Amino acid sequence: MCLGIPGQVVLLENAGGLRMGKVRFGGIVRDACLEYVPEVAEGDYVIVHAGFAISRVDEQEAARTYQLLEEMGQLAELDQADVDVEPGGNDSAGSKPDG
Amino acid sequence: MKYLDEYRDADLARRLLKEIQQVQRRPWVLMEVCGGQTHSIVKYGVDDLLPRDIELVHGPGCPVCVTPLELIDKAHAIAARRDVIFCSFGDMLRVPGSECDLLTVKSRGADVRVVYSPLDCLKLARKHPEKQVVFFAIGFETTAPANAMLVWRAKQEGIRNVSVLVSHVLVPPAIEAILDSPWNRVQGFLGPGHVCAIMGYREYEEISARYKVPIVITGFEPVDLLEGVLMTIRQLEEGQARVENQYVRAVTREGNQAAQELVAKVFEVGERKWRGVGPIPNSGYRLREEFSGFDAERRFDVAAIDTQEPSVCISGEVLRGVRKPHDCPAFGNDCTPEHPLGATMVSSEGACAAYYLYGRRQKTTVGG
Ligand code: SF4
Repeated sequence: MCLGIPGQVVLLENAGGLRMGKVRFGGIVRDACLEYVPEVAEGDYVIVHAGFAISRVDEQEAARTYQLLEEMGQLAELDQADVDVEPGGNDSAGSKPDG
Repeated sequence: MKYLDEYRDADLARRLLKEIQQVQRRPWVLMEVCGGQTHSIVKYGVDDLLPRDIELVHGPGCPVCVTPLELIDKAHAIAARRDVIFCSFGDMLRVPGSECDLLTVKSRGADVRVVYSPLDCLKLARKHPEKQVVFFAIGFETTAPANAMLVWRAKQEGIRNVSVLVSHVLVPPAIEAILDSPWNRVQGFLGPGHVCAIMGYREYEEISARYKVPIVITGFEPVDLLEGVLMTIRQLEEGQARVENQYVRAVTREGNQAAQELVAKVFEVGERKWRGVGPIPNSGYRLREEFSGFDAERRFDVAAIDTQEPSVCISGEVLRGVRKPHDCPAFGNDCTPEHPLGATMVSSEGACAAYYLYGRRQKTTVGG
């Protein structure tokens, strides 16, 4: 639950007054809110939790941690993102068969 | 030593272990607070590598596990309404309420969606102005800034069809509750890395001084955990009790100021119920009065729902480190991740699920 996934900020954006960005985790790029890391610039590495960057980390640390999370099978939450937000979009993440 | 060679930093791990063996003279009981740490420890067998008389007990550090049953029942009642789009983090979907889980509620036709970020709820609310979008705002301090931002932006942007069902818990009061318990065996703590990335660790200095207990803020990789254990044991052997920071790459003493500021604007500290433990004073966040219009419990009038927990499950004691999963008669028999009876079996960060997933079916000799 308190998992933090390290990724690289590849683009800074302003979404209606909110500091947002695109963050790359391995092969996946996701939106993240950057309001809480005002010092971060494009190219920097951050730890992202629940779609929010919570702190900056250096590149080497980010790479190590990412590998570890991959090994632990803890990256699932990256896949269950925005799809669900589309109207009528089918809910891939929630529809895992029970048992 | 079967696991050690699987560590990416096997050399470093070996050095840390050797040092732990050199430093340690007496038996010690340590608790890792965070569920992510529990997962890592059990998966990599960190506890099996340690000298026999260093026991790691698993703490309450899984917000999914401690969300009270009645709040899950309230979530189900709200989610079942036709005018509601109910949003949650993925890990809440399979947590059993008193009758079923959110997935079942969804299969009966409710609009239940998994979101990656709480901000996704704002997008949904804008797209569906005729619907009520409700977010299950659970978590520790790590998640509070994300949930606070949802409420803050909804108010700023005048989005009225969003509300939050809040079950936010705080780590320091849980540590104090453990230390205050007459059954407490814990002599030192591995503190929660990502919680402290937000909050810093000044609160922990106060606890450490008052209870004379070492607290080492620790990351969640196997080598982080070994180093955290080493730092804690060293303090214990030297008769010291202070806060140290093992996880310097993400944590500072002051924490993330911007995040703390917004959390304080939206939330205030109040009593919270913890599943399996009961009410703990000042142990969680609730919305401040200015934001009470966004409180789903008020908007949907579910205050009357009150549920008792099933009696077989000992997850309350597991959460407090008093007992271990295999002390539970239901563990691995009636209770499995496919059919969880208690919340510590649902989330992979819950101690029962971690033990089950990584083959800890039998009682180990450690800590007999
Ligand atoms: S094994 Fe299941 S029933 Fe037993 S304590 Fe763990 S969650 Fe509760």
